[in-house]
Amino acid sequence: MKDLFKHRLAWPVMALAALLLLNQVFRPDFLSLRMQDGHLYGSLIDIMRNGAPTILIALGMTLVIATRGIDLSVGAVVAIAGAASCAYIAASPDPGSPVTAAVAMLIAVFAGLALGAWNGFLVSTIGVQPIIATLVLMTAGRGIAQLITGGQIVSVSNDHYKAIGAGYFFTLPISILITAAVFVLAAVLTRRTALGTLIEAVGINPVASRLAGLRSRNIIWTVYIFSAVCAAVAGLMISSNVTAADANNAGLYIEMDAILAVVIGGTSLAGGRYTLVGTVVGAFIIQTLTTTVYTLGIPPEVTLVFKALVVLTVCLLQAPKARNLLRSLKAAPKPAAKEKVAV
Amino acid sequence: MSTLSTLSQPSVKKPKPARNRLRGGARYAPTLSTVGLFLAMFAVGAAMYPSFLSGQVFLNLFIDNTFLIVLAVGMTFVILTGGIDLSVGAVVALSMMVSATLLQQGWNAGAVIVLVLMIGGGLGLLMGLIIQYFDIQPFIVTLAGMFLARGLCYVISLDSIPVTEGFFTGMAQAQIPLPGDLFVSPGVLLALAIVAIAFFVLHHTRFGRTVYAIGGNEHSAMLMGLAVTRTKVLVYALSGLCSAIAGILFSFYSLSGYSLAAQGMELDAIAAVVIGGTLLTGGTGYVLGSVVGVLVLGIVQTFIAYDGTLSSWWTKIVIGGLLLVFILLQRLFARKTG
Repeated sequence: MKDLFKHRLAWPVMALAALLLLNQVFRPDFLSLRMQDGHLYGSLIDIMRNGAPTILIALGMTLVIATRGIDLSVGAVVAIAGAASCAYIAASPDPGSPVTAAVAMLIAVFAGLALGAWNGFLVSTIGVQPIIATLVLMTAGRGIAQLITGGQIVSVSNDHYKAIGAGYFFTLPISILITAAVFVLAAVLTRRTALGTLIEAVGINPVASRLAGLRSRNIIWTVYIFSAVCAAVAGLMISSNVTAADANNAGLYIEMDAILAVVIGGTSLAGGRYTLVGTVVGAFIIQTLTTTVYTLGIPPEVTLVFKALVVLTVCLLQAPKARNLLRSLKAAPKPAAKEKVAV
Repeated sequence: MSTLSTLSQPSVKKPKPARNRLRGGARYAPTLSTVGLFLAMFAVGAAMYPSFLSGQVFLNLFIDNTFLIVLAVGMTFVILTGGIDLSVGAVVALSMMVSATLLQQGWNAGAVIVLVLMIGGGLGLLMGLIIQYFDIQPFIVTLAGMFLARGLCYVISLDSIPVTEGFFTGMAQAQIPLPGDLFVSPGVLLALAIVAIAFFVLHHTRFGRTVYAIGGNEHSAMLMGLAVTRTKVLVYALSGLCSAIAGILFSFYSLSGYSLAAQGMELDAIAAVVIGGTLLTGGTGYVLGSVVGVLVLGIVQTFIAYDGTLSSWWTKIVIGGLLLVFILLQRLFARKTG
């Protein structure tokens, strides 16, 4: 039992469980799942489906942060990917066909590849600080997305395209399945091969790992490309869910949510230590928090205040100085407790 | 003590660790290239549009960007210490919301301004304390600050609140005449006064020297016995205070409070500072450079307004491009680290 509490995922998982329970208390049918028209329905499924883009981006962000980097441009990549694919569908002669949808998805993924390669180039080859390198794309990205959409919200009607964000496959939403597939892929690649260890090595000390013969440049390049491709797929999900590309608001603040998910999950912002499972739990906590705010009848606008308090609390709990403080506080009352037992 | 007095001369920089020091005369190069860029853009504008070459077009750059100038001043201090403040845009919005709401309820303008300055400065101080005493990265703490301030805006109201109070509308309409039929707004004078104060503080006070020293090498600054902790906390408080002032100036300009106002303005402020030649690693840069940086951003906007064919979203792309160019310049000028 004590070891269970010491596990680094213990706190995030307990926080998630507490949040879910809180919802169950206020809405008795919260945890129940039901089948309807061959689809699974329920608040839990909603949380997973609405959280899918954030989870996806947070997975990419985890690996970037593991190399001691940060990717602020994911929100802009979401906007660009959605804009590019929707603009393609809207302009194509046969907007409803499956081929058009497939090409549109490929365009989005390639956009992600290119933008990730660009970020990776700035960070690994030019040597710009990650926060600044990705700030460039964060600033210019929404402008590029607006350029693609011509400043309009581009609506599309293509059932195949709509399926990515709103479709079902074997009773489950497709967006959940895509996210799960990316998670398994990332987990297998980083935990079953040496890649994960290499990423951690680069995060702990990039210079030392280069001297040790690691191609740290390629690894850094890879994580930024992975992050941007994840963001592009999330952009597909978001635009497909509303069947429109909104260059201004698609993926707004999603980089903040993703970073938050990573931090809550227990990945250190200082690099070198990461947990993909923790990130998924972190993203669920954020999404559940949003749902809880609705459930409790608090105006949804207040979510941001809650998120701010959660970030601060988690960061404070993670900070070594705060931990030491807590430990000394814990240690102090112990003798008092013993006396009580003696009495 | 003689070394200290030479340090206070702006022309003689105090010794900084080699890793961030610019080579010889290259120290002014980033800022000078910004000035060159600004002059070139103004010349191109004058060549393309005859009416561009007027004193009022130049002064309008200040009038339309008073709030950004004040924000950039605060951000310069933060970035000089090697930190970053992502909360400034949200604090601007919060200041506007608070003042618009309280003025609507009939509060006195002076009291509102004092309260807003206290809120902004207090938020900054709080963030600085958390950054310093819990040793958490500035960007994550100020990110939380941004969430908090923006969330509080939404809590106050989702709608735009008009400002009809006499002092604010008076400030919005006031024009200070200058020779040659030119004019500026009172906000410009306030912004320039803040720039002057910041210039004095950075180059002629112990606090300013400490800011530079922290950015050069925090550990060395600590070993030198400088007040590193206090200075770093104060820098964030200062940035918060500047954001509050910018919020008031923005209220004068827009005469309303709106939760979504100043979205992304932190990026503009950071861009202005970087384009103005301040190194993001800290330790090198000038507050006057940041002002020129704001003017460059302003002239980009003026260009796009003059050229009717370009859409407004080109502004973001051009700013992103300029940011990139100056970051690459920084890499060229600064010695490679690590």
